[in-house]
Amino acid sequence: METLQHDVLIVGGGGAGLRAAIAVAEEHPATSVGVISKVYPMRSHTVSAEGGAAAVISSTDSLEDHAYDTISGSDWLADQDAVEVLVENAAAEMLQLEHWGCPWSREPDGHISVRPFGGMKLERTWFAADKTGFHLLHTLFQTSLKYDEIFRYDEWFVTSLIVEDGRCQGVTAIEIRTGKMLSIGAKSVILCTGGAGRVYPFTTNGSIKTGDGMALAYQAGVALKDMEFVQYHPTGLPGTGILITEAARGEGGILVNNEGRRYLQDYDLGQPLDLNDPDHPQKRTMELGPRDRLSQAFIHERQAGRTFEDPAGDYVLLDIRHLGEREIDRKIPMVRELAVRYVGIDPVYEPIPVRTVVHYMMGGIDTDTDGATSLPGLFAAGECACVSVNGANRLGSNSLTEILVFGVRAALAAVSQAVEVSSPSDQLLEQSAISEERRLESTLFRRDGGGETLSGIRSDLQETLEEGAGIFRDEPTLRRTCATIAELKSRYEKLSVGDTSKTFNTELVSALELGAMLEVGEAIAHSALARTESRGSHQRTDHPHRDDDHFLKHTLVHRGEGDPTIGYKDVTITRWPVGERVYGRG
Amino acid sequence: MVDRAILEVYRYLPDEETESRFQSYEIAYQDDWVVLDALNYVKAEVDSTLSFRWSCRMGVCGSCGMMVNGEPKLTCETFVRDYDTETIKIEPLAHFPVIRDLVINMDDFMEKLPTVSPWLIPDEERSVEDGEFLQTPAQVAHYQRFSMCINCMLCYSACPVYGLDSSFTGPAVLALAERYNLDSRDGGKKERADAITAHEGIWECTYVGECTQVCPKGVDPAGAIQMLKLSYSLDWAKSLVMPKGGGGA
Repeated sequence: METLQHDVLIVGGGGAGLRAAIAVAEEHPATSVGVISKVYPMRSHTVSAEGGAAAVISSTDSLEDHAYDTISGSDWLADQDAVEVLVENAAAEMLQLEHWGCPWSREPDGHISVRPFGGMKLERTWFAADKTGFHLLHTLFQTSLKYDEIFRYDEWFVTSLIVEDGRCQGVTAIEIRTGKMLSIGAKSVILCTGGAGRVYPFTTNGSIKTGDGMALAYQAGVALKDMEFVQYHPTGLPGTGILITEAARGEGGILVNNEGRRYLQDYDLGQPLDLNDPDHPQKRTMELGPRDRLSQAFIHERQAGRTFEDPAGDYVLLDIRHLGEREIDRKIPMVRELAVRYVGIDPVYEPIPVRTVVHYMMGGIDTDTDGATSLPGLFAAGECACVSVNGANRLGSNSLTEILVFGVRAALAAVSQAVEVSSPSDQLLEQSAISEERRLESTLFRRDGGGETLSGIRSDLQETLEEGAGIFRDEPTLRRTCATIAELKSRYEKLSVGDTSKTFNTELVSALELGAMLEVGEAIAHSALARTESRGSHQRTDHPHRDDDHFLKHTLVHRGEGDPTIGYKDVTITRWPVGERVYGRG
Repeated sequence: MVDRAILEVYRYLPDEETESRFQSYEIAYQDDWVVLDALNYVKAEVDSTLSFRWSCRMGVCGSCGMMVNGEPKLTCETFVRDYDTETIKIEPLAHFPVIRDLVINMDDFMEKLPTVSPWLIPDEERSVEDGEFLQTPAQVAHYQRFSMCINCMLCYSACPVYGLDSSFTGPAVLALAERYNLDSRDGGKKERADAITAHEGIWECTYVGECTQVCPKGVDPAGAIQMLKLSYSLDWAKSLVMPKGGGGA
């Protein structure tokens, strides 16, 4: 039997995975590095990021301010040592991207241009119009092609981690084109598999965002951290959930309710300025408040009957008309392109209908600041990981920075561990592939089905999470959600894949993804139930206040035989004492 | 508003059948459905074996290109309501081998991509400590449209030259080469010359312009190829006049 081996194997070919692969190839050219992804790298969801990436570059800005904005934005749940790592390395990563050709938007004199973003005290978001993620991903992908050392497995789906002698020693994976199950051995494995927005019914996330890597780690006994913190973006298009970037507000866009009022002034986010005022948009104020607070305000407005009603979902209006056609086309052309195409509205002339939409997982695989997990040989970086720099609420434009900074760090740490150990034996790899193939055959293909359908279980999961673990939560609904997910997991045990073809079996892939989604959903619901306080994106109507005495802690959820077990660990505080989150005042 | 349509979908299951066939699905669709929504409805509710690629459903990941009524389209950007034909015919992108159903084999593109060195080959070495290369908005605009390619393969599917001879490097790859050649930070034009001006490179293009017509992102590969032809011809002419070092313009 064929076996494949690398020193470092990266699972996922998005921003974090490609940045990690290039770091290995550049810093340790003798190291063999593999990148395995269920899609071609340029399809990865990094491609959909729009607004930009935060890094201090202006002479009036400071690392201190970037750190403070991030920490207060996180409602003091971010680990401050991790935030310091993020802000200190951010600019170098952006410049590195620039040197690789990323078409950053520029000032007339040729220097990098930066724009304001929500929750940030001043302009520090680098951008490439409003297709920043697209340019970042393609720049990384094209740069990665330079290195023959980087060996890619495009369209392979990882089904399990190979753990032997207390170490992660590779993965089992299906080559989607042929249906072949193979093992790929590695001295270290880095998970860069992105988030899991698809566990909710209405999300900005592409179909591939199913939490596969989080589930792989969770099933291997690694803790998932802070999974209850789910970011709802305040401005998605009704119907599709397609993202309208925060950059629209960074450039001066405003949000109004069905009475034409800039309603954010009613939610302790400061007072609006006239649109012609040179100080509009004000930083850390009104429309440039943090996403959690803006999304919560939307729900309050809806409850008060001040949103527009629509079968595709209630909405408010995002108005950018005052920017004018020229600025819109120059700075946020994709906003116009998306609004025209998907809701038939040209934002040059009409405001855009927008509503809250699941966007990002603050939680993820528990790692340290080098991306290391509790399982030797296993690392994680990017949205699938929780370092944690985002705490209870991520600030827009910190995630593209995070995938670069921590992609590199995880890569370097993975290489350091790899040199200390020997490669897994061929026998281990062969055995792992054989038993994994048997497991899938005896589970997913050899069941009577019991009338269960993949799409049925999936939509029930999405609904129960929205119901119980949405923007506002309480104990009874969360308990129901936890119970429903347990039922869904047993229904999943009966699911049978109808498509028995070996060649490009997308139903099999979806079934495996659904398995991962159920694990992630369980972790979210149980973590949310246990946290009896309100912090950042986690708002408990039955526990409406932040409770630092008991919950200035990260949730750690471990998979159990029945329900998962919940533990906690302290937040790392270095220089920024815990305080009140203040927006729009002082 | 709900309306009805018949999707006539290309099916090919190599494990079970030697020939491809068409399968019809009658669907009730909503006004805001794109063709991809219709296919996802079929997969979820009617026939779970129907296979196709997709992800972002917002026109940027490049996965969901297919032939819709004979034209290459991103199905996430193509609305069902815009077709007044009785049936909508959906096939895999033309000019590519088919792996299964609507899934094409794009190995050829992935192999060609690195041949033109589509990465920045800096004119001057610069470390991160030296800060950014200066580049004015006009200099960005110079190459920007050629940097918008999402690798969706629609241009290959529309290109009659590629259809006849798949050794042709093709529109997207050549446009990307020109994207780097035009970047003020880049000095790799000479290094790319062999691949770009090879027999299967720019000179194969007969300037039909179909690639530019179908490009969903306004990249204009046909224009890029014309620019490459002109620019490398000039270099060649200069090299005749000034045999030493005259080719770097």
